[in-house]
Amino acid sequence: MEVLAYLIPISLILGGIGLLAFIFTVRTNQYDDPEGDAQRILSDEWDDHPKP
Amino acid sequence: MTAAMRPNASACPACDAAPAAEALAEQAAQKDARLALSLPTIHCAACISAVERELSAQPGVKSARVNLTLKRATVEAEQDVTAEDLVGALEAIGYEAHELDAGTLSSTQNDRAGRDLLMRLAVAGFASMNVMLLSVSVWSGAEAATRDMFHWISAAIALPTIVFSGKPFYVNAWSALKNKRLNMDVPIVLAIVLAVATSLWETMLSGEHAYFDAALTLVFFLLAGRYLDYRTRAVARSAAEELAALEVPRATRIVDGEEDTVQVRDLALGDLVLVRPGGRMPVDGEIVEGQSELDRSLLTGETVPVYAEPGLGVSAGEVNLTGPLVIRATAVGEETSLHRMADLVAIAESGRSRYTSLADSAAKLYAPGVHILSALAFLGWYLYTFDLRTALNIAAAVLIITCPCALGLAVPAVTTAASGRLFRKGMLIKHSTALERLAQVDTVVFDKTGTLTAGTPQLTNLDDFSREDLAVGLALAMGSSHPLSMALSDAAREAGIRPAKLSDIEEVPGFGTQGKLNGKLVRLGRAGWVGAQALAQTSAFLSFEGRSQAFTFSDTLRDGAEESVQALIEDGKDVMLISGDSAGAVETLANRLNITKWVAEALPEDKAAKVQELSEQGRHVLMVGDGLNDTAALAAAHVSISPASALDAARVASDIVLLGSDLSPIADALATARAATKRIKENFRIATVYNIIAVPLAVAGLATPLIAALAMSSSSITVSLNALRLR
Repeated sequence: MEVLAYLIPISLILGGIGLLAFIFTVRTNQYDDPEGDAQRILSDEWDDHPKP
Repeated sequence: MTAAMRPNASACPACDAAPAAEALAEQAAQKDARLALSLPTIHCAACISAVERELSAQPGVKSARVNLTLKRATVEAEQDVTAEDLVGALEAIGYEAHELDAGTLSSTQNDRAGRDLLMRLAVAGFASMNVMLLSVSVWSGAEAATRDMFHWISAAIALPTIVFSGKPFYVNAWSALKNKRLNMDVPIVLAIVLAVATSLWETMLSGEHAYFDAALTLVFFLLAGRYLDYRTRAVARSAAEELAALEVPRATRIVDGEEDTVQVRDLALGDLVLVRPGGRMPVDGEIVEGQSELDRSLLTGETVPVYAEPGLGVSAGEVNLTGPLVIRATAVGEETSLHRMADLVAIAESGRSRYTSLADSAAKLYAPGVHILSALAFLGWYLYTFDLRTALNIAAAVLIITCPCALGLAVPAVTTAASGRLFRKGMLIKHSTALERLAQVDTVVFDKTGTLTAGTPQLTNLDDFSREDLAVGLALAMGSSHPLSMALSDAAREAGIRPAKLSDIEEVPGFGTQGKLNGKLVRLGRAGWVGAQALAQTSAFLSFEGRSQAFTFSDTLRDGAEESVQALIEDGKDVMLISGDSAGAVETLANRLNITKWVAEALPEDKAAKVQELSEQGRHVLMVGDGLNDTAALAAAHVSISPASALDAARVASDIVLLGSDLSPIADALATARAATKRIKENFRIATVYNIIAVPLAVAGLATPLIAALAMSSSSITVSLNALRLR
């Protein structure tokens, strides 16, 4: 049962990272234009380097 | 702006745009201009990059970002860049673009409430999954110290989450209690608090059952319902705002002989305002200069244009047709007739707020029932065992199991599915109970001008004219952008007529067009001007070699009007036509559409009174209208629809907006609304059935957290799946 001492914190931390990542995406307006984001990946405009 | 003018603008944007930009700069106080453009035709990755590249290439533009979901572009630019330049640039590369008023849109920019709800939902989801994992271990046999530890970890996750995620419910419940009312949120909050409190107590005493997972899943499912509900309304609201923002409230003020573009709200009494042909009157006023014709159809429903000359009073919302007019403002802002109409709307609307939504009536039955049941269970068990702990545990179990998880999802899941389906067909559901009200409709009242008809005239008597006359008429009509002239030239060109060779063609604003054929004067215009007797219907007269002949016009039917009315009649609805137009025009249209009941020459008050009268007879009226004269009736009706071309005031007053120009979705919407209401009631029944099975178990003290979790999850999922069948 000692394994629980590792597993429970690990599961909580992993879940917490997921939650923080989600909060980050919401804060940075990443759900404002889902359709546009789906289409933008098809454009080859900034393939070589990121948009300045 | 045309493509030809653009190089000029790019070479010296400041010279071109200076007067307008100066006025704008004063308001925006030295900040960069933020322009919004509506791009209705973009649809793919290539469109996005083409539009962004073109916009960024414009001088003065700092950044441009396209939002494909909203079909909109946001541009950050220097002060001297105007939306007209950008619209012109986009139109030159083949994209339709319209300026949006940034002020009207600003409220959607920062969607605080939605983001807040989403965040709480995410936290509740995270916590409930983790706690559920721990609970599953408990259910599968964790014992003694392990079980206690799992319960303590659950408590550590659950407590802060409940405090944070449950906030919307606490706020709603508190405001209801303060007003001495009960709403759905009161039993929710009671269940959550009681569940957490008893679970904590049990955990301290190393008890067997803790309901942390139930409390969290409850919050999660309920928040999901709230969020769905919110999204549906946010989508409708942002689309409605975009329609309003398309009408940029600017006017041209004349100061010391110079034209100056200003915001309509900055106009003052006595200001001279220039209204160009095709423009809408920004304020009430009196004409001081110019001659033209006015289209009053949005205000009164009349289709025949009115002759305008100095001295005539005009109302905000009328459209100037032929010549430029200078008006002196006699009423601005809140004083205009447009705004006075809003008072009528406010009075009429008080009737509608009496409607109780299905969810509210369910809550009214449900909330007291649950409280009484739980209190009885507590009392019964306390008297039976004299053990406060057992009694409280059972009372909490009853509250959790009966908690309206499924009820909370039953309505939003269905309205989301139904609104989504109607939105794809071009209908915008603005009001949350609009679908329920639409399902009850038994009488449909239509407005004529602009609603059943497209508002564009169509020539009816082409065959009465010789080809020679038509050639002359066409040549004259081509010299004008008056709607009747345009209809005439379209019809003549379609018949293969070539314009006659005329000299000295000139448009006389307010009267018509004249020219010379072999030295003889020919005229096309108003009856009095060409020396003919006026007709009752919409007509233009051609005077040619001393005789005059009338071209008559009728309004074209809107697409889908015939099918829509036919479908409504077949569906057993009582269809009526109420218009402000003359009896002849209304009767013709009514006969054409097989509408037996019609009223002509109705004033705005008459329309509202008629709708009210029908409502008092116990009918549920659907009003479809577009004009200012319809707004009171739209607000008085049980439920109302207006087309996107309607005046802003009419769109605000109606529950549903038709986005396209087609009327045929109306009949379909009634069917969808009925299906949606049926699904909502079905969902209530499903939720009740689950309760009927689970509640006796809970009252008997047999419910475990496992049973509570199963009942709650399965009922919520069944309800959502049932709603999805609507899509």
